[in-house]
Amino acid sequence: MSDAVVSNSNGQSTQPAHARGWLSRALDSDVFYSFRRSKLTMVAATITVLFFLLAIFASVLAVQNPFDPAQLQLMNSRISPLWTADGQSPFLLGTDEQGRDVFSAILYGMRISLAVGVAGVIFAGALGIALGLIAGYFGGAVDGVIMRIADVQLTFPAILIALLVNGIAKSILGNRLDATSMLFVLVISIGLSFWVGYARTVRGSVMVEKNKDYVAAAQLIGLPAPKIMLRHVLPNTMGPILVIATINLALAIITEATLSFLGVGLPDTMPSLGTLIRIGNNYLFAGEWWIVAFPGLALAALILSINLLGDWLRDALNPKLR
Amino acid sequence: MLAFTLRRAVQAIGVMFAVGIIAFSMFRFAGDPVNQIVSIDTSAAEREAVRKSLGLDDPVPVQFVRYFADAAQFKFGVSYQFRQPVSALLSERMPATLELAICATVFAMVFGILMGVYSALKRDTALAKLFQAVSLIGISLPTFLIGILLIYLFAVTLGWLPSFGRGEVVKLGWWTTGLLTLSGLKALIMPSITLGLFQMTLIMRLVRAEMLEVLRTDYIRFARARGLTTRAIHFGHALKNTLIPVITVAGLQFGSVIAFSIITETVFQWPGMGLLFVQAVQNVDIPIMAAYLLMVSLIFVTINLVVDILYTVVDPRLRATVGRAA
Repeated sequence: MSDAVVSNSNGQSTQPAHARGWLSRALDSDVFYSFRRSKLTMVAATITVLFFLLAIFASVLAVQNPFDPAQLQLMNSRISPLWTADGQSPFLLGTDEQGRDVFSAILYGMRISLAVGVAGVIFAGALGIALGLIAGYFGGAVDGVIMRIADVQLTFPAILIALLVNGIAKSILGNRLDATSMLFVLVISIGLSFWVGYARTVRGSVMVEKNKDYVAAAQLIGLPAPKIMLRHVLPNTMGPILVIATINLALAIITEATLSFLGVGLPDTMPSLGTLIRIGNNYLFAGEWWIVAFPGLALAALILSINLLGDWLRDALNPKLR
Repeated sequence: MLAFTLRRAVQAIGVMFAVGIIAFSMFRFAGDPVNQIVSIDTSAAEREAVRKSLGLDDPVPVQFVRYFADAAQFKFGVSYQFRQPVSALLSERMPATLELAICATVFAMVFGILMGVYSALKRDTALAKLFQAVSLIGISLPTFLIGILLIYLFAVTLGWLPSFGRGEVVKLGWWTTGLLTLSGLKALIMPSITLGLFQMTLIMRLVRAEMLEVLRTDYIRFARARGLTTRAIHFGHALKNTLIPVITVAGLQFGSVIAFSIITETVFQWPGMGLLFVQAVQNVDIPIMAAYLLMVSLIFVTINLVVDILYTVVDPRLRATVGRAA
């Protein structure tokens, strides 16, 4: 997630010429100092970056494309991992019932899990930030309605809301959705389950910021409200948003994996890590533990690393703890 | 006090009304109920007849009032996939879910409090550090992975516990219980641990933090000065004062436990409401989804309301601030 910090702040600097100066300033900053001080955070960051790279370069690193039925051979089915007695090259982590290489499936599954997670976080963030800005900036009845909805939604667990949105979307669009539209349904379900955190935080910050002189000045020179909100108020609320986004990325990935595990997420033809775990779970009793164990391990390691990064970021960006 | 209770009650009714509108819209607009009932080759005239018999040609507000009146009497319509009344399906499966949720909560409270107290009193021991690590993992690992891990360990490898179902159940009137048979109790162990683990880590962290804070207060120092035994100080004075927030959190979390039992029930094929709901989402069985939403919302709203009111009864300071805020 550290590179998200970099790219995000980078987006704020207006001229490319300043990039170098910005980089040396970043390396000199308190946040980077606290990053180097914590070994656990560095390990977590390394694992997270590694997983992102594995996912991005899945098609290069995988020995086969697990989506392509033509590349799967039933002869290669149910091979145990390479280091066991029955292991066969090139199937490092063994194969499943259909002769799918588990390692390749994990790489492609990771790509989908991360894509849905990141897209879900962006959607939830955009929705939450927009509603939070509007509620905080205008106040009054608009604020009341938005925050009341947020309160009600907060009493229900996100997974329940995601399941409901998922069910409603399927009943509107018809039950037989293809894998790509299922991706969108998942992103929307996740986005609608997690916007509240952003909205509340942004609203809180906006209510503090909007009484400051610079906002009054911007209003005085006649800038329109959307411009004041986006260009002047929003950048001052970015710190907490970044923390929520990191922790939400882990939650979004868990939610997607859970939905896919429950059989209402991505289908077998486009498996995410959750789908792989659901498929592998069926072979647990036959003694083929590797089909479920490695996707499960990958998911657990990914979530744990992102959570550790989120914890660190929260402490590092909190001036009270420094 | 009365005004506060009334205001909270009105809010709760408002929430239920909003949830009711959502449930009704799902029921009425997401997918045509007539299409779900008739077969493909039914003629248009017959479809109209079915539509009329279901009252779907009435004005929407009339339908909404009727849906609400029915729901208040626990009539939620007929399930598309089972062709049975939803209320019968739900009440048949509710004991399984409630039993699991209660067992999970008891497990979470007992072990959460024990581990929390231990890691607060003996902060630097290896065991306390192990508990901290376990709590981090408990929060990070998805529920279904924990379930699969337990199944692999205790059902597949060791063969000690059953991997699915409730075991033998005993009928007590309309309630079925697995608590009275050996196989029923064995079947409860793994699902309860899976479901309660998250709550356990939550309670453990809370107890630890509260204990550390209470142990720093003056009255504990004074109790030490009075020469009370360490045991009496820790358990008689400190622990007692940490229990109020713990019970509140456990109470508020009970609704989440019921909601999260959706996942646990799927992993262990536990025949409860959660499994019914997941199957309903898979098969787009709207009446069950709408009814489950209403039931769970009712449980959530009731728990929140009761906790809010109990809070003001227990803690007079809160009453004062609430009064002032209003």
